[in-house]
Amino acid sequence: MSGILRRNASIAVGAAAVGLVMGLGAAAPQAGAQTLTMAVGAPVTSLDPHYHQLSPNNAVADMIFDRLVNTDNLSRMVPGLAVEWRAVEPTVWEFKLRPNVRFHNGNPFTAEDVAFTIQRVPNVPNSPSSFAAYVRPIQGVEIVDPLTIRLRTATPSPLLPLDFTNIRILDRETHQNATTEDFNSGRAAIGTGPWRVVQHRSGDRIEFERNDNYWGERPAFQRVNYRMITNDAARTAALLAGDVEFIDQVPTSDLAKLRADQRVTLSEITGLRLIFIGLDHLRAPNENSPFVTDNEGKPLGRNPLRDVRVRRALSLAIDRQAITQRVMEGAATPAGQFLPEGVFGHVPELTAPRPDPEAARRLLAEAGYPQGFRITLHSPNDRYINDSRIAQAVGQMWTRIGVRTAVEAQTWATFIGRAGRQEFSAHLIGWGSNPDGSHPLRNIIATANRERGFGASNRGRYSNPEVDALLEQSLVEMDEAKRERIVQQAQRIAFEDVAIIPLHIQTNIWAMRRNLTHTPRNDELTRAQDVRPAAAAAAR
Amino acid sequence: MSVYLLRRLLQAVAVVFAMSLIVFVGVYAIGDPVEILISPDADQMERERAIAALGLDLPLWEQYFVFLGKAVQGDLGRSFVFNEPALRLILQRMPATLELAFGATIMALIVGLPLGLYAGLRPDSPVSRGIMAGSILGFSLPTFWVGLMLIMVFAVQLGWLPSTGRGPTREFLGMQWSFLTTEGLRHLLMPAINLSLFKISLVIRLTRAGVRETILQDYVKFARAKGLSPNRVIFVHVFKNILIPVVTVVGLELGSTIAFSVVTESVFAWPGMGKLIIDSINVLDRPVIVAYLMIIVLMFITINLLVDLTYSVLDPRVRLESKGT
Repeated sequence: MSGILRRNASIAVGAAAVGLVMGLGAAAPQAGAQTLTMAVGAPVTSLDPHYHQLSPNNAVADMIFDRLVNTDNLSRMVPGLAVEWRAVEPTVWEFKLRPNVRFHNGNPFTAEDVAFTIQRVPNVPNSPSSFAAYVRPIQGVEIVDPLTIRLRTATPSPLLPLDFTNIRILDRETHQNATTEDFNSGRAAIGTGPWRVVQHRSGDRIEFERNDNYWGERPAFQRVNYRMITNDAARTAALLAGDVEFIDQVPTSDLAKLRADQRVTLSEITGLRLIFIGLDHLRAPNENSPFVTDNEGKPLGRNPLRDVRVRRALSLAIDRQAITQRVMEGAATPAGQFLPEGVFGHVPELTAPRPDPEAARRLLAEAGYPQGFRITLHSPNDRYINDSRIAQAVGQMWTRIGVRTAVEAQTWATFIGRAGRQEFSAHLIGWGSNPDGSHPLRNIIATANRERGFGASNRGRYSNPEVDALLEQSLVEMDEAKRERIVQQAQRIAFEDVAIIPLHIQTNIWAMRRNLTHTPRNDELTRAQDVRPAAAAAAR
Repeated sequence: MSVYLLRRLLQAVAVVFAMSLIVFVGVYAIGDPVEILISPDADQMERERAIAALGLDLPLWEQYFVFLGKAVQGDLGRSFVFNEPALRLILQRMPATLELAFGATIMALIVGLPLGLYAGLRPDSPVSRGIMAGSILGFSLPTFWVGLMLIMVFAVQLGWLPSTGRGPTREFLGMQWSFLTTEGLRHLLMPAINLSLFKISLVIRLTRAGVRETILQDYVKFARAKGLSPNRVIFVHVFKNILIPVVTVVGLELGSTIAFSVVTESVFAWPGMGKLIIDSINVLDRPVIVAYLMIIVLMFITINLLVDLTYSVLDPRVRLESKGT
């Protein structure tokens, strides 16, 4: 082996020498202290901020562009290109814009650009997932003066400012006819954000340089090399080798090793992504659920999952602490609801249920299943951190209370289509919430309703008129305190009824060389402006 | 000759058609790309809009005919993910894969041929036994593991080589190549070694077997008896005759390296076609998958043709016309 390697090495050295002699050798880009090299685990597919609603794209869009309303690292709304916003009437929001902001090409930022952006968002050709829903409530746009804009909606829209945390603002003059390809080539990737695009090599890397005229806090680095290394082991190795100084999506299996390594340090924060189990609420109590049978493998003739006692038993059977500690290596928090503490709509008393197999067995017996039944738990195996291993752990815990569980893990591409057609009895899935309790309620818990846009991800087809009514009420309630109480009440009802079985909320983890420091974000975005030299951060 | 080429061309067209149909139906059967591409919080209206925007609202046969109609005009469709022509995406990444594949193949020949020759000429020496034992390792060690080990040893522990990625590039023949810069070569070295280990072993074994067989032939004995120098016997009489199987296998291997260096490219974050195809399969980006496989089919057909042409140069007895009938 070593003989072969040595031989190859000398060949390559020879070839390199030939390259030099021929005058073709080029200087490598010098990675000085002024350049930050980071590696992300998910590829960025486009630099067009309105083309594809996808976290990696949004992170990069955050580096190039700005939003009217920004979010801080805990996803709280903070002024961005708008310095303040208020509802002047229940159906009219007014945004005061930041003065003296310029795009990278020198064009001034005005209300015209906001109006243009609102008009472009729903009209990006071929978009596989557009941002149109965020501007759909807007019925009219009124430019009061160059730095004031009013947006009119049909019904009161308390969530409009939150919707605007998803929209990056473009320049009317520059982007009038810009196509997605123009953005990808870098030609139209011009925003007001802290970084300018120098070069974009799709699927490989994006090179940025600092925008010295940025209105906000000045980034710490002159240049950024934003690389995409999708293989987990290779990404960690690149950090350890010093080829990159910062990585995201640290695999849980590497956590122990990295924590012990003197050269690197980690930054972590509880995220907004809940891993949960969805149950079949579609089949009526007297129908068969597709993957539930009795212990002999024969149809049951009824759907036990429609009995709240069975759902409660399944939830009580799960030792969430064991899953987060052993399977997730500590990179998750047991959960009893969608949102972590500190986020709008979090319900203080909904803590993660304690495991109680005895009580679970009793509940099953009460519901008429003293001997349990058989069920298949479906799970993706390439989507969430340790997804199929979590499903296996849950399967064992369910089997322990007499619900003999088979786990079937499959690739996301197959899984998600089947889940969407309600083919499963129980499925493990995740949900990344916007920082507002109404968001998961509307998408996961509300009765599926195309006209209202409710329950689009309600793959178990849970339906509770009481929850729906509260949700409707919250969506037009302009008083924030009242609105939070309504959202909390709706969640109390849903989780009391075990609409879904929450498991844990993931922890977002980044790793970096010791000389860097990072402000971790609960929305999982990996942005260069959140990284600083450790010494500079200490001085601040 | 021209009849032969024409026949080959017709075959190629038929295979490409079959391929596009199989892939179309296959990807359709795996799942719905919109379910994967769409943001989880998209509502039902947005889902319907996305399905229509990607042309997935039509029945499958209609989608296929739309695709065919455009394909004959040279348009293989636009990537769902990148919104760029699929063909252009693939061609953009082709130089990276080509330099990796050629690097690996050249390495395989430079290392494999001499070692195989040595092992064939002195089959009983301990060195030869060592070479053959090493070639078994080259065959049997999984590529991703070797790749990670190379990274751990040469990048993480020793720090000699960059762990991943492609180095700076220069333009040559209108495309971006990294083997023209020293930094680029440093980046190329490890992935090329990783990809070549299997091929080196293959070439060693083929060469050794060929030498062992040829050396006993009458014409070799005769050449020796004629008093030719050992070097002339080996490098002209023996070598030329063992090259036919080597050329065939290396040619086909080159094709599969270009097409399926997926593992090495993902371990080393090498921005080539292999990485593009695996990413595209993960999100069911059908236009890219179809275009890619069609290009690969064409490439294999071309390589086979070149291999056949090389035969006729190496062995004058091979006549292409007669072979075709």
